[in-house]
Amino acid sequence: MVGLAVQGMQMLLVLLAAPLLTGLVRCLKARLNRRRGPPLLQPYRDLWRLLNKEVVLAESASWLFRVSPYVIFASTWVAAALVPTFATGLAFSWTADLIAIIAFLGTGRFFLALAGMDVGTSFGGIGSSREMMIASLAEPAMIMIVFTLALIAGSTQLSTVAAAMVAGVGLRVSLALALVALIMVAIAENGRIPIDNPATHLELTMVHEAMVLEYSGRHLALIELAASLQLVLYLSLIACVFAPWGMAAAGTGAGPALVGIAAWAVKLGIGGAFLALFETSIAKMRVFRVPNFLGAALMLGLLATLLRFVSAGM
Amino acid sequence: MPVIVELCCAGLLFALALLALPASRQGWGGPIVYGGAFGVTLAACVVAVVALLGNDASAVTLPLGLPWLGMNFRIDALAAFFLVVVDLGGAAASLYSLGYDRHESTPYRTRPFFPAFLAAMNLVVMANDAFTFLFSWELMSLASWALVMAHHREEANARAGHVYLVMASFGTLALLLAFGLMAGPEGAYGFAAMRGAHHAPWLSALVLALALLGAGSKAGIVPLHVWLPLAHPAAPSPVSALMSGVMTKVAVYGFVRIVFDLLGPPGWWPGMVVLALGGATAVMGVLYALMEHDLKRLLAYHTVENIGIIFIGLGLALAFSANAMTEAAALALTASLFHVFNHMVFKSLLFFGAGAAQVATGERDMERMGGLIRAMPVTSFAFLIGCVSISALPPFNGFVSEWLTFQAILLSPALPQWGLKIMIPGVGALLALAAALAAACFVKAFGITFLGRPRSAAAAKARESDRLSLAAMLGLATICLLAGTLPGFVIDALAPVTRSLLGGTMPAQSANPWLSIVPITAGRSSYNGLLVFLFMVISASLAAFAIHRFATRALRRGPAWDCGFPDPSPMTQYSAGSFAQPIRRVFGAVFAARERVTMPPPGSTAPATIHVELRDLVWESIYAPIGRAVLTAADRLNRMQFLTIRRYLSLVFAALVVLLTVLAIWI
Repeated sequence: MVGLAVQGMQMLLVLLAAPLLTGLVRCLKARLNRRRGPPLLQPYRDLWRLLNKEVVLAESASWLFRVSPYVIFASTWVAAALVPTFATGLAFSWTADLIAIIAFLGTGRFFLALAGMDVGTSFGGIGSSREMMIASLAEPAMIMIVFTLALIAGSTQLSTVAAAMVAGVGLRVSLALALVALIMVAIAENGRIPIDNPATHLELTMVHEAMVLEYSGRHLALIELAASLQLVLYLSLIACVFAPWGMAAAGTGAGPALVGIAAWAVKLGIGGAFLALFETSIAKMRVFRVPNFLGAALMLGLLATLLRFVSAGM
Repeated sequence: MPVIVELCCAGLLFALALLALPASRQGWGGPIVYGGAFGVTLAACVVAVVALLGNDASAVTLPLGLPWLGMNFRIDALAAFFLVVVDLGGAAASLYSLGYDRHESTPYRTRPFFPAFLAAMNLVVMANDAFTFLFSWELMSLASWALVMAHHREEANARAGHVYLVMASFGTLALLLAFGLMAGPEGAYGFAAMRGAHHAPWLSALVLALALLGAGSKAGIVPLHVWLPLAHPAAPSPVSALMSGVMTKVAVYGFVRIVFDLLGPPGWWPGMVVLALGGATAVMGVLYALMEHDLKRLLAYHTVENIGIIFIGLGLALAFSANAMTEAAALALTASLFHVFNHMVFKSLLFFGAGAAQVATGERDMERMGGLIRAMPVTSFAFLIGCVSISALPPFNGFVSEWLTFQAILLSPALPQWGLKIMIPGVGALLALAAALAAACFVKAFGITFLGRPRSAAAAKARESDRLSLAAMLGLATICLLAGTLPGFVIDALAPVTRSLLGGTMPAQSANPWLSIVPITAGRSSYNGLLVFLFMVISASLAAFAIHRFATRALRRGPAWDCGFPDPSPMTQYSAGSFAQPIRRVFGAVFAARERVTMPPPGSTAPATIHVELRDLVWESIYAPIGRAVLTAADRLNRMQFLTIRRYLSLVFAALVVLLTVLAIWI
């Protein structure tokens, strides 16, 4: 029963926290640029406004275009619900391990890319094509990171990995490599600078924005929410594996849970601040430089896995 | 006695093939042949499922074939599983053919060979001696060759048939030698005798290499795959589905039968060879597929990729079983055989969809399709399910088998050999790369073919496929979902196979709560496709309900936005070539890709052009030199045809002397 409560709480929390994190990053970036920027709660207002607007659907759009936002949102939400945030011991953590969570995001991306091609415009196609190129390199890198974590913790189950990390595994070379690789993959998968610019509307540099160019109203709201959820997911994943402090253990009462929520909020805040700082201090790279960036992530992940295969102590 | 029933089914299929000879030009020929084949294969499939679950081995010897041997047939767990694969795929293809036959221009070239092809594949799986195996194998090759040549007047098809015939003969030769080596000088051609024999290590290695060449060339391992993307698409679509979905699995059966069952335990290094070949095959197959614009050839290249994934699982199983890690070996073999089943289902489905699109538009080139989702909603829905499944995305079946393969890879640090330890993470990375590239490839395949605006007049006038074809596609799509959400049943059904081959099984899955699957222990990893599927359905419906209830459901149709400059011409859409361009840039070295862009001078209204040159390095570095060498040798030998009688006589005399000398030295 407690597990169920924790699970339900988590599903609600990630959904509520996602726009806030996006707002925080935008706010901080604006301040770093010495702009005033939008208020912290602007993403909520945007979502509410989009939800209440009518959808303008392109004449050449098919049923897939209308179904995709729901598929994308559902797969991202399910994935985000299975990453331990403030407590381990989620009721349904055994339904999917880390490989499956990554694959859910893959399902969402698959439908997003298809939706980009549905209307039959060149911008949608350019976005889908680049997104799939980026994903085809980021995904193997991610699998290598999962391998490293799984070999250290002896499990691909995220709850078990988190518990093992809480118990302490010491400092390891492979973990450090995996952390760097994971940050690189997270930047690419969330379409942040230097891979993609979430704020751009300059056509030739868009990836994610180009795919969702034809969306409007409630469909766009769902896709934006899913993108925010994905950012929360990746930050929570990094926090849960590399900074598991303060997480409530399974079956403890409300007190540790509150501490866990506070710790999680702090971790997200720090992660968001670092993201804003990083994005402000670096320029976007050309699309054809992206393979080098992700190739480096893949090699780091492979190196970390190889170290684990070769020696249990590294 | 399942073996008797299955033999009767094969006999009935041969009878249908004979019946089709006179009936093939009649209007009622199609329904009789394909309807009959559907009924027979469905019955055979049910019997095979019963035999697999009941796990009763049965054998029979017919007084045919070699006089001292007879024709031996046997159904054990392995054969029963592959009979399920063959007959389920056969039943689906027969059902699809019932509808497809009406659109076929020359149906009389397909009807007689279709049931013969099915019967031959059944016989290969049931064969219990080398003679029967090779006889059925050749029958299968020849029947499929006749089907590839169904539209023989097209030049490309004639070339495909030629290359296929050469490669099939080469493969059979390799298998013939492998069986010959295993039978030994006494000529013990029965499988039972081979199983008991002990071989020297070098002999085992030779047999394994020959099995890889023979079965691998039929399955499409790189670099033996060259015939596959030529021959599979050349055949009519239901036959393409059978060749890609089913016949390559019969080849996998041949490999498993020889290496895991007959040969006895080989050392650990063959596992390394198979792993390396599997990894290379998976990535090369999907990269070739990404560059392809012909929908059916794209699917054929994907068969190469999936065969690679299957062989990665087999290689892992070999490596584990050589080190007596029985449970890990059982996991790897189960993952591999699960993928055999899955690939049969979704590849057949995808070829059916491609066939429906080809019938509707008269095109195989994706660049001339587009927008079919509006005219063919059911076909595109089924094709979409196939695309999601083959891209290894949850909650469908392709994900489960790849997930199991990843779990097996994660067990390999316990292997003692350094070669394997260093190699397996790399193979894991290749597998992940292949899966991610497959997703990109199927976004392209579905997006260009079915989405967007019609790219040609024929695509704009497309109509939905007939009901029987749709039934076949929807049936297979349902199996994709069922095998993905209830994988525990498939894993449990495979337990007798791994027990008979490796002496161990994966943990029984039926006892797990909520039908989840646990490959090793619950603390290590588990996956529940059913719950995950339900979660996704529930959260999507929840979101839809909440939005429609509490926000708005208003909707207006308008012209596409496209940043304010919507172009009326569908030619401005992204094409298959432009979609693949970023990946072509990244992996261009594999094809020695070269792009040449010519821009008109400023002020000129001439069009800019781009030329892309891709080279098939495997063909150029292996096959073309061999072809040239054969041609040169033939040219040289050609002179021997025009000698004088004096020279012929001296030639015969010289040959006689050499032979006698050899004999004298030998004895």
